[in-house]
Amino acid sequence: MAELTLKKVETKAPAMNLRRKPRWGEMIIQGLLFFSGFFSILITLGIVYELGKEALLFFQMPGVDLLATVTTTEWKPHVNKFGIWPLLTSTMMTTFIAMLIAIPLGMSVAIYLSEYATPRVRSTLKPILEVLAGIPTIVYGYFALTFMTPILREIFGRDVVQIYNTGSAGLVMGILILPLISSMTEDALSAVPRSLREAAYGVGATKLEVAVQIVVPAALSGIAAAIIVGISRAIGETMIVAVAAGAGPNFTFSPFVGAETITGHIVRISGGDLSYDSIDYNSIFALGLFLFIITLTLNIISQAIVRRFREVYE
Amino acid sequence: MNNNSDHKYVIETHDLDIYYGTFKAVTDVNLQVERNAITAIIGPSGCGKSTLLRAFNRMNELYANSSIRGDVCFNGQDIYAREVDPVEVRYRVGMVFQKPNPFPKSIYENIAWTARIHGYKGKMDEIVESSLHQAALWDEVKDKLHQSGLSLSGGQQQRLCIARAISIQPEVILMDEPASALDPIATLKIEELMQELKKNYTIVIVTHNMQQAARASDYTAMMMLSRDGERSGTVIEFDETTRIFTNPKDKRTEDYVTGRFG
Repeated sequence: MAELTLKKVETKAPAMNLRRKPRWGEMIIQGLLFFSGFFSILITLGIVYELGKEALLFFQMPGVDLLATVTTTEWKPHVNKFGIWPLLTSTMMTTFIAMLIAIPLGMSVAIYLSEYATPRVRSTLKPILEVLAGIPTIVYGYFALTFMTPILREIFGRDVVQIYNTGSAGLVMGILILPLISSMTEDALSAVPRSLREAAYGVGATKLEVAVQIVVPAALSGIAAAIIVGISRAIGETMIVAVAAGAGPNFTFSPFVGAETITGHIVRISGGDLSYDSIDYNSIFALGLFLFIITLTLNIISQAIVRRFREVYE
Repeated sequence: MNNNSDHKYVIETHDLDIYYGTFKAVTDVNLQVERNAITAIIGPSGCGKSTLLRAFNRMNELYANSSIRGDVCFNGQDIYAREVDPVEVRYRVGMVFQKPNPFPKSIYENIAWTARIHGYKGKMDEIVESSLHQAALWDEVKDKLHQSGLSLSGGQQQRLCIARAISIQPEVILMDEPASALDPIATLKIEELMQELKKNYTIVIVTHNMQQAARASDYTAMMMLSRDGERSGTVIEFDETTRIFTNPKDKRTEDYVTGRFG
């Protein structure tokens, strides 16, 4: 009898422990997580497909060809002229002006918050900056039109600065993007290990030397990502330019005159009465595709730059 | 190499208390660091050894809320005086850390950058070479000066950090457990290097390793938490290393160095 019980314990106990048990909760969660990831990829693909399909329809229309679109400087749909440059230059103008504000200010704010500010100052300043990011962009649009434009007209003269102009739209867009860049940059700076800062302080470096020559180079990949996200945001920003930058394509490099950006044009055209197979309707998909390609290219270029220049720690 | 050698001690503390906020981490330390010697600070974990070491070049100030009472004198000058710039203090009193922390720059730049921020100009190649020679690293890295400092092994990285520290010719080098992350061979190299370096520099080293203190140091400060339940560390005995290890006055030191606790 004693022998029998001994046998039972020896043979059965280990076998029981090792057998695979179904963990239903785990499987459901894993399935849900996979589905979420899969679903977002699916949506992205769907968007690209729709953009590509409609854009293709546009380029197949009589009188439209890709080469003319990317080389000519007149966008006049009613006479079948689809040169993208007037829209592209104003998008580039507003983006450039916005980044002129957002990059230096955003970087300075980030360096101040991460390297200089006491914890108390940081915990007051960060929420205030985040409020800037939370203001609806339509409000920024009217801020540009009714606050920034009058100031520009005061400074440069009423006959120089038009009521609608890319300059004020760009400046205000810079303010909109500043918190985005500063908060991403600050995250990148804070991720640089403390030991690296100590190494520099330990050889008698000043705060500025540590911040600019040690911490910033080490955080370069994060900073570049912040700048690229900022530029992409500026290129895609719509409300501010629709309100303040002016209507009607205008091939110009002056920040003081009205000029429609790609996004501004899409808004104006899609706001009107459009039939689904008109050339105007299809043209805005082609423009959307251009926007998409521009931001995608920026992302790829920035990744290559970062890989080349960043200082890898650990 | 220094113009203050009329002071017998390079670093002296007087009734030094160190606080983190209201917490008193180190209490009432009176210590004299002899010139061109190696002074070891030993004691159990959490007794404030590193905190005390960091007070010698004001590194403790990088932590919020840190403050001191009493004073720390470097060549007779109170380094916590209002008019003293901590950057200048750290220039004269360098530091090597527990975990090797070379800059994520090339081996060459690790030293050149350090020299450059202090206004060294001209023959940078010579400064780099002589610093690496002094840190006994030159032969191992002379063919790859432009590779990242992080491509080196742990022991080499630590010697690079030492080379970096001595490139600007400080008077004192503070070492915070410089070999605790290294294997025994790399540790031995660091210890040999310390013997070489003490001809020109004064070294203060914090170590967990009592054999290391016994082997490598000339003076030893024994730290321990004070017994009054305050959880604050203090130096309970300070003497020549041979005396501390062979004939300690304090029973607690004896227990510690003979391995009875700690």
